[in-house]
Formats: sequence, structure tokens, C-alpha cells
Amino acid sequence: MFTFIPRRDRLPTMLRRSYRFLLVFVFPCLLLAQTALQKDQVAPDSQKDLAAGKRLFEGQCARCHGIGGTGGQGPSLTRPRLRHAVDDVDVFSLIRNGIPGTGMPQIWTLNDREIWQVVGYIRSLGRTVPVALPGDPAKGKVIYESKGGCANCHIVSGQGGNLGPDLTEIGARRGAVYLRAALVDPGAALPEGLLTDYAIGYSEFLPTHVVTRDGREVKGLRVNEDTFTVQIRDLDRFYSFRKADLKELNKEFGKSPMPSYETKLSSSEIDDLVAYLASLRGNP
Amino acid sequence: MNSLWLLGCFVLLLSPGRLWAQVSYERIVRAESEPGHWLTYSGGYSAHRFSLLKQITPQKVAGLKPLWVYQTGNSNPVESSPLVVDGVLYLTQPPSSVIALDVHSGRSLWTWERPMPRDLRTLGLPVVNRGVALLNDMVFVGTLDNHLVALDAKSGAVRWDTVIAENKTGYSITAAPLAIDGKVIVGISGGDAGIRGFLDAYDARSGQQLWRFWTIPGPEEIGHETWGGESWKTGAGGTWLTGSYDPQLNLVYWGVGNPGPDFLGDVRPGDNLYTCSLLALDASTGKRKWHFQFTPHDVHDWDANQVPVLLDAVVEGRPRKVVATANRNGFYYLLDRETGEFLLGVPYAKQTWAEGLDHVGRPILTPDRSPTAEGTLIYPSLQGATNWFSPSFSPLTKLFYVSVREMGAYYFKGEGEYKPGMTFVGGGEHALAGDQAYGAVRALEVETGKMQWEFRLHSPPWAGLLATAGGLVFGGSHEGNFYALDAWTGEPRWQFQTGGPVRANPISFLIDDKQYVAIAAGQALFVFGLP
Repeated sequence: MFTFIPRRDRLPTMLRRSYRFLLVFVFPCLLLAQTALQKDQVAPDSQKDLAAGKRLFEGQCARCHGIGGTGGQGPSLTRPRLRHAVDDVDVFSLIRNGIPGTGMPQIWTLNDREIWQVVGYIRSLGRTVPVALPGDPAKGKVIYESKGGCANCHIVSGQGGNLGPDLTEIGARRGAVYLRAALVDPGAALPEGLLTDYAIGYSEFLPTHVVTRDGREVKGLRVNEDTFTVQIRDLDRFYSFRKADLKELNKEFGKSPMPSYETKLSSSEIDDLVAYLASLRGNP
Repeated sequence: MNSLWLLGCFVLLLSPGRLWAQVSYERIVRAESEPGHWLTYSGGYSAHRFSLLKQITPQKVAGLKPLWVYQTGNSNPVESSPLVVDGVLYLTQPPSSVIALDVHSGRSLWTWERPMPRDLRTLGLPVVNRGVALLNDMVFVGTLDNHLVALDAKSGAVRWDTVIAENKTGYSITAAPLAIDGKVIVGISGGDAGIRGFLDAYDARSGQQLWRFWTIPGPEEIGHETWGGESWKTGAGGTWLTGSYDPQLNLVYWGVGNPGPDFLGDVRPGDNLYTCSLLALDASTGKRKWHFQFTPHDVHDWDANQVPVLLDAVVEGRPRKVVATANRNGFYYLLDRETGEFLLGVPYAKQTWAEGLDHVGRPILTPDRSPTAEGTLIYPSLQGATNWFSPSFSPLTKLFYVSVREMGAYYFKGEGEYKPGMTFVGGGEHALAGDQAYGAVRALEVETGKMQWEFRLHSPPWAGLLATAGGLVFGGSHEGNFYALDAWTGEPRWQFQTGGPVRANPISFLIDDKQYVAIAAGQALFVFGLP
């Protein structure tokens, strides 16, 4: 602990006279003020803190939220108001405690100060002007409903097919970079979720092919799995298998039931579709 | 009528302990001879977590059914390993409460709760408690705010309450205490908050401290030279998991956790004794007999807080008293438990941080294993190839059973400024979780560490194992399966989906001469038996 004790002989006369006053009154007040500040924490804004927050973010958060918080597997954070957090204290709390039922884990390896630095960096992202997406969301909506055939498998605001993920809030949940990647190479961008509590990182909508010991074959999507059983769905129904009853269990990592739109749509049409998806922020 | 009543009283007086727990030290020493009870954390001082009960066999286990379920009503997981004696099951539940349950019905007999202070700090640890200790007519529990409390076994009333450390700098108790002859030994958590770790012994009758062993040696103590500068003051070294005890040698065996800050080794040059080590302490004085450091100058948070298993083995043709342990760093070790001599060390899981171990068991490090700002991929992850959940040793199969986590992680180096009452880890990790990871139960030949069989688990587990004389190994999965494997082959014989992650150790005991097994899962305790 470093303690600063001023040398008396260098103090100006007035200050020297009031040295006792400083010790008895001013320093305790400063200490009190500092305590109050710590108690009522706010995200620090100094360039040093921001740089530290950025470094921590890029090391530990960017895998899901993207470099610069532009979003990826996790939502974009480049907006002033976040979905799960009204203020800085909320952001701090959800970093510390995670968000149950989502991929956002508890972060215990950062101390309070480091979390505040990350909060400060995230808040600075909200002040950046979001890069305007190149596409036209209105045109994208038309593609979604017609040429793209997206509504066959996806629900938006209650309408559409139910094989793929509900896209009603997809713009709030995923960044544009991820949305484009998911259209171009869906198998490489399967969403990751929780098959069990605290166990993040399991591919959702994973194409899975089983053959039972008595020769029955089922192709579908993995819904859930434990050490002894696996649950699969196709367009019609759910299936449950004991692994001991299976001759084959093939989880087709890298594949997706969704076709790639890389050649089905032009580059500008993909831009439009991404812009439309990015505009989907949930039911009012 | 009156004389019948008097006769009843007389019978009660003549049979103390038949109705209520009277767990003498001698009874715990001989715990394996009365397998109908579960008297201490690991089933016996040797910590085999093995039951001599054999009514439930590979042939019959398919008929296993729940007898009752107890729900805690608390959102935190139950990681408690229950104790059972004379018809009463003692369980702890978060935050640090004790509940005595009737083994027949699952109904509570008493509960004891300590309200936690509003400013409680649990730095780098979950809000859990892993169990109680029993001795004579008392039940001992440690709390998150560092009270070591002795409760009356009949009523749950407090006999004594000793505060062993302050919580505001990050100390907490999560481990079950270990009760030996007249003493209660208790370890401490807080290794991610820059504490100075210790292991304590208290008088079981009075709660007075008998000795303290600092796991981070102070100035002029042996081992102090392994800490550069003042780094020892925040050197961590938690003792947060119950150890084992050899009554003949009068030695307590206890694992020590990571150095602080966890991932930033630059600020603490040296081997950082006694972190990531096994200690053998004289139970009467708390003096160190020997130590063995598994991971000198650890930078991956590989606490040596695993249960040390004491057994006799023939090593290279010579009978030895050994301690066997599967360490969080991915190696299985055999040490001479009288001297601490290194006898064997072989990997039992994927590890990429060491080329191997030298002739004294010191790791030969791979280059570029340390955490960096950009992240360094290393196996195992910071949760280790195994963790606090118990291994099991069967003297029948001579196999050492261990729950294994096959998962790697990117390790990051951060800043390491110590502030009292804050986490002090200096970095973090990004684990390759989900479909990139898996778990296993592995059966190792105790004398060589060679794998005899493996049973794959869908995800890395957080549950310990129990081997039984019936020829089974019970364990739990993180997806909620409680299961039984054939102890000789690893073939699965039975499973039950409990509906919550299993983060606890199984036990076995008798109710009215019938064998039961119990395990906590999610926020509940399940007891199973044959119809």
C-alpha cells in the first residue's frame, strides 16, 4: 500500500498552516467520496480503462459477440440499449452471473474492476454509429417470403414452418456477419445452445441419422441427448432412442438441413435478406 | 403398564446409539466393517469410497427403483456427500445448512440453518457445501462465512461455533470437515481471491483451535524461497476438499489448490510451494511430514484438491503403503505415503502441457504452454482432467475408478492487481465445451495406471464414483443420468434420469438390512433400492 506524505518544508506557507486541517478534514472527506464512488459503481471511461476493457472483451467475449461487439453467435452490442440490460449495473450483473437459459455464462475469472472495464467498453460500443447494412430490408422481406422459401421452415411473429429456429427476434440475437455466414454456409454456423444446465456449446438443429438394431432408420435433427438416450425430430414427430438399441448414431457435424443460399441468391439479394433479418427485433 | 414403560426406558439406556448416532472414533476407523452405515466423507479414512455391500449386483441392478426423493427448494446445486448412521441421513444444502433425514421415509428430523450475511463473498466458488463430519454425538459443518459449527446430532442445536477466518478477503468453507480422534480438521476455499491458505484442526469437544498449517510458507519457513518478493502474501493455496487419514501413521493427507493469481505466473516466480501439492501432516501437531508438488508454478488453475486414496500395493515387486491420486493436471500418481517418494506418474487423460514426468515426478514442460493475451490452447481445461468429485478404489478388482473430463481450453493472461475481497486470477479461459468435449469413467490398474476399460459420457462429468462389492460402479452424468456400470468390464447395467445435473458423490448403506444407494442431483437427493 502506497501512502503519500507531503514534505512539510516544500509546502507553501498557507498550506503548511492548514496541513493539520487537510489531515483532519479534507483527506477523510476525499476518502469518503472515493468510498461512495466505489459503492455507486459506474463504468470507467478513461482511455486506459477502455483499452483494458477492449483487451478483456476481445479475449473473452468476442468469440460470441464478435470483434468490436458486432455480434456473432451472441448478439451485437453496438447499440445504446441492450436487450437484457437497462443500465451499467445490469450489464455488470449479467456478466458476473450469466443469463440462465442462454449461452451467456457466468464470468468469475474477472474481478469487479475488470468487469467494470468491460462494461465501459461495451458502453462505448453503444456510442459508435452502427455501420449501415448494405441491403434493403423491404426487398429482403420479399425474398424471405418468396424466392428464399425461408418461411417454409422458420417462424416470424407466429407465421411460418417450425423445423428451423424461430426468427422473430433474430436481429436482436445475432450479428449481421453471423446472419450472412448462416445463409452462405449454414452447416458451419449451426447455433449453439444448452443441452444441459451450464453445458453450453452443443450444436442445435444438428442433422442426425440413426439405425436401430432391428434395422429401423430415422433421419432428423438432434433435439436433446444424454449419455444413454438421444431425442430426434423430423418434420412430423419426435423420436426417442436408447443408445444401447442403436446400431448407428451419426451426428453430422458441419451439415445443416438448411440449403446454402450462396448460389441460390445473388450477392445483393443476400444483402437484402440479411438487412431484413437484422431488422427482426421481436414482437412489439 | 408402568413397569413396561420403565422396561422400555431401561432398554433405551442399555442400547445407546441404536436409535441415535453415537459415532466413536474407533467406529470410523473400522467403518468398512459396518458397511450398513456411511460414517465419514469418503466412506472410511482410507477414502476408497467403496462399499462392501453386495445385494445389488450386475444381474439385479436393472430393478433399482427410487425409494424417496428429498427436494431442497433452493436454486443452488446440491454437491453434498451424505453421511448415514443408525437410521439418519445427514445432508447439507446450500448455502451451508444441515438437514437430518429419516432414511425410511425421507422426512426431515431437524434442520439447522445459518443465515448468510448480506455482504457474503463467494469469490471463484459456487454457493455449495459438500457435507458434514460425525463424531460421537455431534455433527460438524463449515459455512460460507467461515463458521465451523458443532451441532447436537439428536436435535441440531449448536454445541459450539468457532469463526476460523474472515470472509471479506475471500475465505469460505465449502468442504466437509474430517473428524478424527478428538479433532475436527477443516480446509478453506478462496484460492481465486489471493488468500493465504491453511489447514486447521479444532478440539471436537470445545471448538478450540489445536493447530494451523499455513499452505503458503511465511518468512524463514521451508518453502518460502519458492515465492519471489512478496508474492507469498497472496499465494492462495486453498484446502477446499476433504482429505484422508492413516490412523497407524497418524498422518493426515490433504490436497492444496492453485497459486494466486491463477493464470499470471510472472508475478510469483518460483515453484510456489505448497500450491498444487499433496501434504502429509502429523495429525497431532499439524507439522509437515512430507509434501509432493504435482504442478510446480502452476498457471492453469490445476488445484490438487482431489481425494487422496490410501491403499496397499505392490510396486515393482515390493509391497508399499501408497497414496493414489488422479490429479487435475491429467496425471495419475502413486506416492509412498510414509515418505512421499514418487513411485509412478502416467497420464490418464489428454494433456498437452507436459512431455512427461522425470524420475522424481517433476513435469517436463512443453514449450508455449503458458496463458497469453491471445489465448493458448491447452488440455485439460482449467476444470482439469478430473476435479473435486471422488474417485473410487475396489480392493476386489484392484481398479482405481475416476470420472474424467476430456476438454481443452484457451488460456488467457490478464492483469494481476491484488485488491482484498476481489477475485485475483490474472486471466481466464475459454473452454472447448459442448460437442467438442466429452467425459468418461476410466478404470485404471492401480499399480500401473494402465486403463482397463472406459465408459464414455456425453459431457464432462461433475460426479464422483462408488464401487461396491456387488461388482458395480455407480456414477452420475452432467445430463442427469445416475447409472451403474459393471465394475469388471465397464458395461452399463442401469440408469435413471434424475432431471438435474449430478454434481455429487454416491454412497451406499442399509435400511432394515436392505442395500440402498443415494446421490444428489440438481436440487434434490435420490435414494434407490431393489423392490
